[in-house]
Amino acid sequence: MNVVVLVKQVPDTEGNRKLDPGDHTVDRAAVDPVINYIDEFAIEEGLRLKEAHGGEVTILTVGPERATESIRKALSMGADKAVHVLDDALHGSDALQTAHVLAKALGTLEWDVAVAGSEATDSRMAVVPALLAGLLDVAQLTQARKVTVDGSSVTVERVTEGGYEVVEGSTPAVLSVVEKINDPRYPSFKGIMAAKSKPVTVLGLSDLGLDQSDVGLANAASEVVSFENAPPRQAGQIVKDDGSGAVQIADFLAAKKLI
Amino acid sequence: MSDALDRLDLLDLDDDLGPEDRLLRDTVRKFADDRLRPNIRRWFEDGTLPARDLAVEFGELGVLGMHLSGYGCQGATASQYGLVCAEVEAVDSGLRSLVSVQGSLAMFCIRAYGSEEQKQRWLPEMAAGRAVGCFGLTEADAGSDPAAMRTSARRDGDDWILNGSKMWITNGSISDVAVVWARTDDGIRGFLVEAGTPGYSAQEVHHKLSLRASISSALFFDDVRLPASAMLPDGRGLRAPLGALSEARFGIVAGVAGAARDALASALDYAGTRTQFGRPIASFQLTQRKFAEMAVALQQMQLTARRLGELKDAGRIKPHQISFGKFANVSTALHICREARSILGGSGITTEYPVLRHALNLETVYTYEGTHEVHTLVLGSQLTGIDAFR
Ligand SMILES: Cc1cc2nc3c(=O)[nH]c(=O)nc-3n(C[C@H](O)[C@H](O)[C@H](O)COP(=O)(O)OP(=O)(O)OC[C@H]3O[C@@H](n4cnc5c(N)ncnc54)[C@H](O)[C@@H]3O)c2cc1C
Repeated sequence: MNVVVLVKQVPDTEGNRKLDPGDHTVDRAAVDPVINYIDEFAIEEGLRLKEAHGGEVTILTVGPERATESIRKALSMGADKAVHVLDDALHGSDALQTAHVLAKALGTLEWDVAVAGSEATDSRMAVVPALLAGLLDVAQLTQARKVTVDGSSVTVERVTEGGYEVVEGSTPAVLSVVEKINDPRYPSFKGIMAAKSKPVTVLGLSDLGLDQSDVGLANAASEVVSFENAPPRQAGQIVKDDGSGAVQIADFLAAKKLI
Repeated sequence: MSDALDRLDLLDLDDDLGPEDRLLRDTVRKFADDRLRPNIRRWFEDGTLPARDLAVEFGELGVLGMHLSGYGCQGATASQYGLVCAEVEAVDSGLRSLVSVQGSLAMFCIRAYGSEEQKQRWLPEMAAGRAVGCFGLTEADAGSDPAAMRTSARRDGDDWILNGSKMWITNGSISDVAVVWARTDDGIRGFLVEAGTPGYSAQEVHHKLSLRASISSALFFDDVRLPASAMLPDGRGLRAPLGALSEARFGIVAGVAGAARDALASALDYAGTRTQFGRPIASFQLTQRKFAEMAVALQQMQLTARRLGELKDAGRIKPHQISFGKFANVSTALHICREARSILGGSGITTEYPVLRHALNLETVYTYEGTHEVHTLVLGSQLTGIDAFR
């Protein structure tokens, strides 16, 4: 079973993340980049699928030059090879355009399942896996907290608001996984050194049969019109319990329409 | 905390790390934050350590004997080993001791002085952390002067009969194999003594105020019969164990910079939020002077460790240079931890903050693997040409 894991590089959530006031895209210079946190679970799941069913794990990343650091980390964890879609024209591409590029890049690979994290910590849209499955017209098994593969059949436990549902599809399929599906491994020292010699194929737009007009900020279907920094947190309200504490809390929650 | 770490790198030393080294450093730092830091306070307070379980986890990371080559070892550079020691010791010197004793003392001796059979049997298992080793040189009455050791091995046919005892042996009572140095009629020789060998016993040392998250033991040998194949064939004389100690000291030089960094980062965070007289204590000039002096001293330690790594990787390192590193870095780390402790005031004496724990641990590091005084005399001898300790 050949697995492709979609890995995005994002600004570290522990840093002071910013949008560029000029073009309203993520300011990638402001904060050190890291692998999107949830994608580490996707990598781990990909590696486990390979360990159970054989085949290869390929990392697929669309991103700027520095994304090589995230690719190296994914290879250090045990993936076999990587495809890096790198093109200046991609700057500012939205979710739909990114899904389009990913679909084309998957077309250059032999794969049975593509595994992604359920969302990226920068944009938090959580739509790319679904868009990708839609564009490719393949099974869409998203928000998985458990994945089981039996031949060409893939079954996942899909997390819903109230619990989970069991969804089954056949390969090729696009999966997205939630954190807690597994416990991502640490890259071992051996893995780190071995990653140096693993192949990373760099593809530009033309290699994928795409044009500059297919991607980029100017051609995006969605637009960030304006943004504001979140207002600083207000000082909390302290309720002194003089016997009416429970009533005051209930009133507070009711006023917010939470109960 | 990661913000404090960035601020402490005044000379941008981090910028020079290559991509593999950075990933290695970040991986060990994350492992330490996830797996070690949440438990260290309890281990230290309880005076215990799940050392065998941790050995397996360190083995999976690939850091046990990482700077050795072949037999399941990774052939890392000395500088990479130094990075790992710093991240582990940033949590606790006891944990770094576990890693150094396994890799630089026990495994190094087997790699450098062992027979092919000994290497095949032990090194892959020890690199994986499934087998744990210790290194027994010190005795109750022979510390700085190991040549005064009384433990002895005498021939009996092809076998050896080992008698005596060792003191302060890290990992001793949990080890599968002890590298034991004993006098023979052929000078000092090393022997591999397996746990369970009749006549061999180990007893844990308790009541420590330092290195509490580390197992220290006394080893006893009462007519222990060993086959000829238990002797390390290629190490003869005190030079052999001293060679291993040089290896381990390199890890200390880099490691203690981690402990100092952690204490200083902790104090920097604390001083920014603690207010007295209506202002953060970080705003007082006396506090800022402490930070300036400590941060400069820390970077000097890191530069020393880096230079020794370069010399070691170039195969040019000399014993007095290792002494330079241990002499300079351990005392500086101890000084930084004590000064950082003062910034935390009363909170600084608790185990809630790592600062005094680091300082307490460093009291051991100051003494083991050649005391501070002995390294002073090595430098004195190098400078003057006169040996003062013999
Ligand atoms: C927690 C812990 C773990 C250890 N782990 C190990 C281990 O795994 N394996 C192992 O073999 N050993 C281990 N040791 C032992 C350690 O290496 C010795 O404690 C050290 O070598 C000092 O020996 P000593 O304690 O007998 O002190 P001594 O040698 O008695 O020294 C006492 C004082 O006298 C000074 N002194 C001695 N000789 C001179 C001189 N000529 N000139 C000036 N000053 C001098 C010393 O510097 C020191 O200040 C460990 C020790 C500790 C505390």
